[in-house]
Amino acid sequence: MSEPLLSMDGVTVEFNSSGGTLDLLSNEQPVRAVDDVSLDVGENDVVALIGESGCGKSTLGKAAIGSQRPTSGSVSYRGQDVWDARKDRGAVRIPFEEIRRSLQIIHQDPGSALNPNQRVLTSLMLPLKKWQPELGYEEREERILTLLEHVGMSPPEDFVNRYPHQLSGGEQQRVVLVRALLLNPDMILADEAISALDVSLRVEMMDIMLDLQSVFDTSFLFISHDLSNARYIAQQAGGRIAVMYLGEIVEIGPVEEILENPQHPYTKVLKWATPELYEEREEDVPIREIDVPDPTNPPAGCRFHTRCPNAREACRESHPEPYAVGPDHDSQCFRSDESHEYWESEPLHD
Amino acid sequence: MTDDVAIEIRDLEVTFDVERGESNVVRNVDLDVYREETLGIVGESGSGKSMVALSLLDAIPEPGGASGEVIYHPENGDPVSVLDLDPEALRRFRWEQIAMVFQGAMTSFNPVMSIREHFRETLQDHGYDVPAGMERGTGILEQLYLDPDRVFESYPHELSGGMRQRALIALSLILEPEVLILDEPTAALDLLMQRSIINLLREIQATFELTLVFITHDLPLLTKIADRMAVMYAFDFVEIAGTQELLHHSGHPYTRALLSTTPDLTTPPEEIQTIEGTKPDPVEYISGCSYHPRCPMADEQCRATEPGLMDVRANHEASCHYHADVPDEITIRNRPRGVIDE
Repeated sequence: MSEPLLSMDGVTVEFNSSGGTLDLLSNEQPVRAVDDVSLDVGENDVVALIGESGCGKSTLGKAAIGSQRPTSGSVSYRGQDVWDARKDRGAVRIPFEEIRRSLQIIHQDPGSALNPNQRVLTSLMLPLKKWQPELGYEEREERILTLLEHVGMSPPEDFVNRYPHQLSGGEQQRVVLVRALLLNPDMILADEAISALDVSLRVEMMDIMLDLQSVFDTSFLFISHDLSNARYIAQQAGGRIAVMYLGEIVEIGPVEEILENPQHPYTKVLKWATPELYEEREEDVPIREIDVPDPTNPPAGCRFHTRCPNAREACRESHPEPYAVGPDHDSQCFRSDESHEYWESEPLHD
Repeated sequence: MTDDVAIEIRDLEVTFDVERGESNVVRNVDLDVYREETLGIVGESGSGKSMVALSLLDAIPEPGGASGEVIYHPENGDPVSVLDLDPEALRRFRWEQIAMVFQGAMTSFNPVMSIREHFRETLQDHGYDVPAGMERGTGILEQLYLDPDRVFESYPHELSGGMRQRALIALSLILEPEVLILDEPTAALDLLMQRSIINLLREIQATFELTLVFITHDLPLLTKIADRMAVMYAFDFVEIAGTQELLHHSGHPYTRALLSTTPDLTTPPEEIQTIEGTKPDPVEYISGCSYHPRCPMADEQCRATEPGLMDVRANHEASCHYHADVPDEITIRNRPRGVIDE
C-alpha cells in the first residue's frame, strides 16, 4: 500500500466521565474512550470495526473523519494532518474544507439525519450547491436522479418529491447515502448504518454500499456490533476486520484470518455470539462476566481479563502489546507468545 | 412443553382508521400457544407481529381496535376471554397472568424512580405481599447475573442497556405470571448481550415453568430460543412449524427467502440473496396469496385464490398452494449441503 488515504497514529480520546459540563465540581477521572490506536485506511479499502457498545468504535470513527479531536496522537488525510488543517497551522497542503468533503458519515438513524420539512430533492440539492456551485440546476437534478436510480429508488422522479416521513427506513438510509455520495468522498464512515434495518434489508443495503465502492472507489469504515455484517461487507471488498474492546484494537486482520483463525479470546467470544441458522445450540456463555466493566475504571493488565475464559494471573498484572500472528494480522494477547510467562501462571477463577 | 394450549387466538383482526381508509394490520389470524413452550413470532417490521402481541393483553393503542377471540387458559381455573375483560380485571390480568417486555427498557421504566421503587410499587398496586415479593425479586435478579443491591439502588439511566433490559425482565416476573411476551427484547443490544440474554431466558423459563412468546425480526437469533416458530407476512401467519422442521423443510417461499437473506459467518457472501419487491401496504387489499407479487413461483391460482394455512407435514402448516413443490423449486442458500433430508 502506498501512502494511505487516512492514517491514525497513536490516537487517544479522553472524555469527562459525566460526558458533559455539569460535573465541573467533581474530580472524576477522565474516560479514555480510545487508547493509543493506530489504524490506516487505504484507497478503495474497507475496514470493518466491531465491538460492544462503549468500546470506543464510534469515537474512533469520529476521530477518523476529523469530527472528534484526539487528546493525543494524530490523524492525517493523504499525509496532511487533519487538525493542523482545521486550525490552519503550519503549511497546509490540503485545506480542511476539502478534507471534510472527502470524509463523509452516515449514521444509524437516517430519520434524524434528514430535515423533516424538506423534500428529498431539496435535501440533496444543498450539498451539491455548496460543493459544486458551477453546476446548473438541471445538471444537479440529473445527477441526483441518476444516483437515486442507482441505489434502487425507482422511479427517482417520484422519490425526490417525497418528505422523509413518506419513506421507509431503508429508503431514508439510501437518501442519506446518496447525499454523502454526491460529494464524491474518498471515504464514508458508516456508523451502525444498517443496524436499525430489518435483517432482511441489511444485505440489500450492504450490496448497495459494495456496488458504490466498486463504481466510485469509495473506501468504507464500517462500524458494527455484528460480526456477520462486518464479514459480509469486508470480505467481498477484500478488506479487514478490526476488533475493539474498551478503547483498544485487540485484533485486526484480513477477514478470512479473523473468521477462520481468530487469535484473541474476545474475537472468539464475538464469533460465538453470532447466531448461525444451522448449528447446534451451545449451552454456556463462554465469558466469565456478562457485563462490560465500567469504562471509567477499566481493569488493569489486559482489559479483557475480567471476562476472558482463558485469563491467567499474568493477564491481571501486565498489559499485552500487539503480536504479529500472520500477514497483516495482529492480536493483543499473551497467548500469541509461546514463551510468555502467561503459560506458567495460574488460571484465574471467579 | 406439553400439548396443552395456554392461549388460543381465533379470527383475530386489528384495524386502524387512517386518512387513506382502513388500515388492516392483523388479518383473520388463528394461532395456539402451548403451555411452557417458547413460541417465536418472526416477521419484518410492519408485518403485524407486535399487534398480535399487544392483542394478547388487549393493549392495542387508540385509535386501533382488536376483534375476534383471545382465550387464555390458566393452568388452574377457568378460561379467560381477554378481549372481553373489564378495565379492572384487565389491569390485574396484565402482569399477574401475562406479562410483557418491550424493546426499549429505558421507556418502560420511570426515569425518576429507582429500580427498587418499581418493584415495590408493582407489588403494592397488585396487592401482593411486598417483603416476600422483594425477596423473590432479589432471587430473579441474581439469576440474571445482576447484583441485587446495586441494581435496586440504581435509577434506570445508571444501568447499562443490557443490565436495564435484564432488570426489566426480572420486574416482569415479579408477580409470577404464567406467560411472558417479549417484543424485540434484545434489539437495541450488542450481539454478545443478546446471546447472553437468550441463554438466561432459557434458564428462567425452566425455573419458572414459563410460556414464552418471543417476537423479533431477527430470525437467526430466534432459532436459538424458539421451540416453534410462526412466520408472519402481510398481517397474517404464512408458516408455523417446529424450529428445526422450519429450518430444514420450510414449505413457504417467503420463509425460504428469509432464510436465504441472512448473513452469517459461513455462507459464501455471493450466495446470500435479497428479497425482491416491496413490503405490502396495510391499507391495500391483495387478492389471492398476499406474497404473490414477490413470489417467483406465483401463477394464476396464486393471484386469484388465498391459500390459507394447510398441513405440510406433521405439526407443520404453510399457506402456499404449492407447498409440496417449494422445497424443490426454492433452495435455502444458507442450508449446509448433506444434512438429513428425510
